[in-house]
Amino acid sequence: MAQTNHNRPILDIRDLHVSVGDNEILRGMDLSVSLGEVHAIMGPNGSGKSTFTNVVAGRPGYTITKGEIIYEGESILGMFPDERARKGIFLALQYPVELPGIRNREFLRTALEALREARGETKLAIREFNKFLEEKAKAMDFEPDLMKRNVNEGFSGGEKKRNEILQMSVLDPKLALLDETDSGLDIDALKVVSRGVNEFRGPDKAIVLVTHYQRILNYIKPDFVHVLIEGRIVRSGGSDLAQELEAQGYEWLREPPEQAA
Amino acid sequence: MTQTPTAAATDRYVDQFNALREEREKEPLWLRDLRREAFDYFQRMGWPIDEKRDEAWKYTDVKPIARASFRLPDAPGAALTDEDIVRLLPFDEGMSRVVFIDGHYAPEVSRIRQPDHASVRRLKEAIQQDESFVHGHLARYSAPHHDASVALNTTFFRDGVFIYTDRPLSAPVHVVYVTSEHADPVVTYPRTLVVAGTNAEVTLIESYVSLGTRNHFTDPVTEIALGEGSHVTHYRLLLENTDSYSIGHVRPCLGPDSTYKSVVYEAGSGLMRLDLEVLIEGPGAFADLRGLYLTRGKQHLDNLVSIDHAKPHGKSRLYYKGILDDESRAVFGGTVYVQPGADKTDAYQEDKNLLLSDRAEADSKPSLEIYADDVKCGHGATAGAVADEAIFYLRSRGIDEQTASRLLIKGFASEILDEVGIEALRVFLEERTTQSLPRFQAGLAA
Ligand SMILES: Nc1ncnc2c1ncn2[C@@H]1O[C@H](COP(=O)(O)OP(=O)(O)OP(=O)(O)O)[C@@H](O)[C@H]1O
Ligand SMILES: [Mg+2]
Repeated sequence: MAQTNHNRPILDIRDLHVSVGDNEILRGMDLSVSLGEVHAIMGPNGSGKSTFTNVVAGRPGYTITKGEIIYEGESILGMFPDERARKGIFLALQYPVELPGIRNREFLRTALEALREARGETKLAIREFNKFLEEKAKAMDFEPDLMKRNVNEGFSGGEKKRNEILQMSVLDPKLALLDETDSGLDIDALKVVSRGVNEFRGPDKAIVLVTHYQRILNYIKPDFVHVLIEGRIVRSGGSDLAQELEAQGYEWLREPPEQAA
Repeated sequence: MTQTPTAAATDRYVDQFNALREEREKEPLWLRDLRREAFDYFQRMGWPIDEKRDEAWKYTDVKPIARASFRLPDAPGAALTDEDIVRLLPFDEGMSRVVFIDGHYAPEVSRIRQPDHASVRRLKEAIQQDESFVHGHLARYSAPHHDASVALNTTFFRDGVFIYTDRPLSAPVHVVYVTSEHADPVVTYPRTLVVAGTNAEVTLIESYVSLGTRNHFTDPVTEIALGEGSHVTHYRLLLENTDSYSIGHVRPCLGPDSTYKSVVYEAGSGLMRLDLEVLIEGPGAFADLRGLYLTRGKQHLDNLVSIDHAKPHGKSRLYYKGILDDESRAVFGGTVYVQPGADKTDAYQEDKNLLLSDRAEADSKPSLEIYADDVKCGHGATAGAVADEAIFYLRSRGIDEQTASRLLIKGFASEILDEVGIEALRVFLEERTTQSLPRFQAGLAA
């Protein structure tokens, strides 16, 4: 599968090793993602998928022991999560966090202002922002009431996931990492989320989508599918790989146990 | 034989009690009896330490208080001007204000707007001028044998505030209990008594402040009687220094269809325990209890809130929140009793904590005891959402660290502070909240 080379990758992961405490989770991961592409990452529980998306977003708690994360041609290893976000990286969390006392609308407005400022754009007047947000929320089938509520507090599982995609669509990043955004969604919500992602998709966007299910890939057709097992990408392919995995599971891709001497 | 520190401290109380004999001789007989009864109780029971430390004191050790000797100041240790008060507590414009410094009334900074059909005055004065009325209420709600601190307060209180009204009181009453800086640890026993008659409305603000940074002890008791259909709004601000001790008792007794709303704000004290014991004494009464505690350093704050639903159709709501930093500790114990016959009671309590440091500890124990039928009760508690997760989430959306911490802390506190109906007070508490948490200014450095 030849990757188009005229396009310099927006994200380039090179021999990435990541530990939590003494536990090495990513063990030499390589991945290259270019604008215009959608990559799906699949793999068994605990293989390191969230660890990967988290370290790209700059979540604390992980130690990078070796390797590089290159974004738009520069290493982002030393950057704080907010700097990365302002450069266009977005992570839809597998478990979105509840923010007591912070209303969804206020949260989105503060975030958007921070990003617009970083992009050298002018402040949006409240009215403009409200109108903009209203349209985005409508597209996500978001009850207007959820905007007034505290971020994710008391949201259903599906509402939390839709909220992540709404944030993506409002903040308009360049690279979106979606960590199991499809898990726990009913069929209607899955369609809404997929629609949101497909609307976002474009020649100047890149998407890395972590999933356990072929289901979402029927709606969002990936350009590449990668299989992550025990902290390494063991197989890459086109969207047909996902179907193969659905049918056969991961066992056949596991490395044979090392021969005892 | 050498004395234990606790026994030595108890002797100190005996000396103090004897030293006040002359002052007591001027008091009515019933009050002298009351004080004697209270002091007997204290001598018999002492502080809840060692083998006397029961479940209610499981997380809080008052040994530092039991072993210390505190002096009762016989004169105020400082004089204050109006500007001083406004600087300390800039929210009481237009209110009645009653100030005590080291337990002594400070007329120069007090201004009582004496309304018709109501009485707002010093407790000492009320005992002299309205003796039988005060006799009917004082210590009726907070029984002297409640515990050591109430017993000591009843034995030694010198003055305080008395409010009686049977109409809506136009201006809130701000009571300020100040402890000034002394070379040795001093103690004060503030006493507040509010009697709201039928359909009366009262807003009471109690502020506890220290002028210095040295250790002292405050042992306050506040009794509030709510007549039928009355409304009492009660703010209690604990802003004393973080080396001080405070063991307090607040006792609202709610008559039929009355409403008691309280906001407890605790940003000070090194070792604090507050028992808020609400009695739903009449059918249809409503208690709305909110609290915000902010702890840092080695502060230890313990809130024990109990709501006793003795009559049917009562409703209670309790929301307490804490923001904990450094190695501080906050304890919340909430108990709802629904007595036999208190049918159709509707009670909910919730305590939530935000931990800014992984060395801070929150202990939260809500409990329900229900002995009636057709009752709606619930509780929720989050022992401690660690702030890091939330901070990362905010930052991952492009919000810088400082703004993220601010949003988080302000948002968390706002769920309580938004309920403060007095604008100037709310603004003061919001600012005070941000000052109490250095990390709010600096951002939560990793
Ligand atoms: N903060 C942490 N502390 C300890 N172990 C961790 C931590 N984060 C991840 N791990 C461990 O690292 C391994 C990989 O976790 P990760 O969440 O990346 O897996 P995943 O592929 O996303 O799994 P899932 O499909 O269940 O979401 C797991 O064994 C997990 O227990
Ligand atoms: Mg995961």
